[in-house]
Amino acid sequence: MTAVTSAAFDGGFRQPVFDAQTTFRAIMDALARPGRRVICRPLATAPAPMSPLMAAVALTLVDPETPVWLDGALAASADVRGWFAFQTGAPMVDQPADAAFAFVVDPARMPPLSAFAQGTPEYPDRSTTLVVSAESVEDTGAVFTGPGIETSVLFDTRPAIPAFAEQWQANRALFPRGVDLLFVAADAIVGLPRSSRLRTG
Amino acid sequence: MLHSQTSETSPPSDRRAAMALLAQAPRTLMAAGLEGIEEADGASDVRAPEIGLVMVRGRMGGGGRPFNLGEATVTRCTVRLPDGTIGVAHLLGRDRARARLAAICDALWQRVETREAIEARVLAPVREARAAEDATVRAETAATRVDFFTMVRGED
Amino acid sequence: MYVAVKGGERAIENAHRLLADERRGDRTLPSITLEQIAGQLSLAVDRVMAEGSLFDRDLAALAVKQARGDLIEAIFLIRAYRTTLPRFGATHPIETAAMRVRRRISATFKDLPGGQLLGPTFDYTHRLLDPDLAGDPDLPAPALRPELPTAMPRVTDLLGNEGLIEADPAETGEPVGDLTREPLSFPADRDLRLQGLARGDEGYLLALAYSTQRGYGRTHPFVGEIRMGEVEVEIDVPELGFSVVIGRITVTECQMVNQFKGSAKAPPAFTRGYGLAFGHQERKAMSMALVDRSLRAGELGEDRTAPAQDEEFVLSHCDNVQSTGFVEHLKLPHYVDFQAELDLVRRMRTEVAEKREAAE
Repeated sequence: MTAVTSAAFDGGFRQPVFDAQTTFRAIMDALARPGRRVICRPLATAPAPMSPLMAAVALTLVDPETPVWLDGALAASADVRGWFAFQTGAPMVDQPADAAFAFVVDPARMPPLSAFAQGTPEYPDRSTTLVVSAESVEDTGAVFTGPGIETSVLFDTRPAIPAFAEQWQANRALFPRGVDLLFVAADAIVGLPRSSRLRTG
Repeated sequence: MLHSQTSETSPPSDRRAAMALLAQAPRTLMAAGLEGIEEADGASDVRAPEIGLVMVRGRMGGGGRPFNLGEATVTRCTVRLPDGTIGVAHLLGRDRARARLAAICDALWQRVETREAIEARVLAPVREARAAEDATVRAETAATRVDFFTMVRGED
Repeated sequence: MYVAVKGGERAIENAHRLLADERRGDRTLPSITLEQIAGQLSLAVDRVMAEGSLFDRDLAALAVKQARGDLIEAIFLIRAYRTTLPRFGATHPIETAAMRVRRRISATFKDLPGGQLLGPTFDYTHRLLDPDLAGDPDLPAPALRPELPTAMPRVTDLLGNEGLIEADPAETGEPVGDLTREPLSFPADRDLRLQGLARGDEGYLLALAYSTQRGYGRTHPFVGEIRMGEVEVEIDVPELGFSVVIGRITVTECQMVNQFKGSAKAPPAFTRGYGLAFGHQERKAMSMALVDRSLRAGELGEDRTAPAQDEEFVLSHCDNVQSTGFVEHLKLPHYVDFQAELDLVRRMRTEVAEKREAAE
């Protein structure tokens, strides 16, 4: 253990209970209505390159009992690691497969979805939830169907995850195992749970 | 680093010892000890006092593999002094005011200018009170020690 | 089957009001304070902390008061309360060898380093009711025998040095099982068994422990050592980069020493059972140690024939909050289930009567 930098102490929720409830509600709505932008005002901040809304999502979901994996850009920042240590107390893991939550700010260079925890047939919930930065979310692009989607929904994020269509189909094929995704833009969250299907052709 | 002016002069082992004493310091003692220390009044909450649990662990057989014994209530608090020094407290129990005072004392202890005051007004009295209490418990317990002696038996 | 039935609100409200009145008792007498409960009914408070699985004397005293002295109800209140709080983490394992000892006895070694310290015990009292305690008699202060701190090694460590007793199970680096986080499944490792026993019902564990002594899974026990006193609680603080002591708690530890025959590979050595509980909980710690040992039957190559050797039986029924929930739920309305069964029995009786008539 090493002591954290002073940046770690700033940016937490001002009203921990209410702020976490507000953010949780947005995350829940995002997963219940896959592919829809759910507007969520960031109620926290964190050292760069974490965005304020990603910080709020982390404070809402992560605690000392949820191992966290950070992508290279986040892990390279001692301020970010210290922020997680103080604000969440979560243990950091080196292997994506050991993570309950993964935070990704550089989607272009992230490991394949299959590298993260996929859950087990008995406990499909023991898979990784990925929280991925999105500079922009468009109502165009790939078409998704499935539970929580009335007919179909179109959405696309930038920067893109490499070979995302193939990766998502492989993830869907594992159902009920597989990872869930939360795309986090500046002021909105889009959920893509493992139950969502990518329409092809 | 947190504070270059203090980190060289306060090895963690000393601060650990101070924090262990603060964990047992009565609220009134700390409140009185902080009176007149300007920086204490200017302390702001980085993490306001928060009540939670820690899982207390034991060891199989007393010295073996750990297991979960049960939880205990704990209150934690983090404060920042006007000069930026961060103070931290984790105490058993649910006394928010006591946790905040302990965090302020921890922050002041890290500063060369205020360490002596915390040492004299808070840590020394707690150290003495604890030593006295432990000595009393030891003496009361020692009075119940069995002094075996053997009765002479048999015919001679 | 459960159905929504309305109409009970006023009855329930008034019943709770009546309960509050009964709890208060004679209103011409002062209400009992939490300090009085924590100070004078301290062993009831200790039991609520141990089985409520939460070390907090003030809360346990409040629970005893609110439950009108019904300790299982008080334990239920504490278990419900703990679910409302976040968990910040786990402590370093407590070091019972470094305990500030208030009682320490061994039934196996008379002259052990540090001596036999009886402490505040019921042992050797005559179990005669003391009419003076109906009042508030003057008491002499405790006797004092000032002395310097003495080392009090655990008896099992003394025997262990000669290899006569099995060693503590070594750290494996495996995560510590937690039955409050993952549902219990069998076979359960010893860490989960000890956690279950530590929060288990004292009366139930006492009965099981007694059954092993009476021959249902004999383990031939001796009390190697019982010690009670205060230990420091230490946690890692992620933002500091070092660990800190956050206070002291009272625990009771029991080391049972049990017979074991050696094998072709291993020379004979004593085996052990371990008990540890919050507060001054001697009967609990002893019972726990006996049951811990009997649950190790499989590991030690013994036949599993008795209830106390069956981990599924022991662990599935030792939690008095679970037990009371399922037993006491029977008193809640089951009008529809019972009506269905009543109809069934009536119909069967009619069929039997018709057959009998037809035969005649």
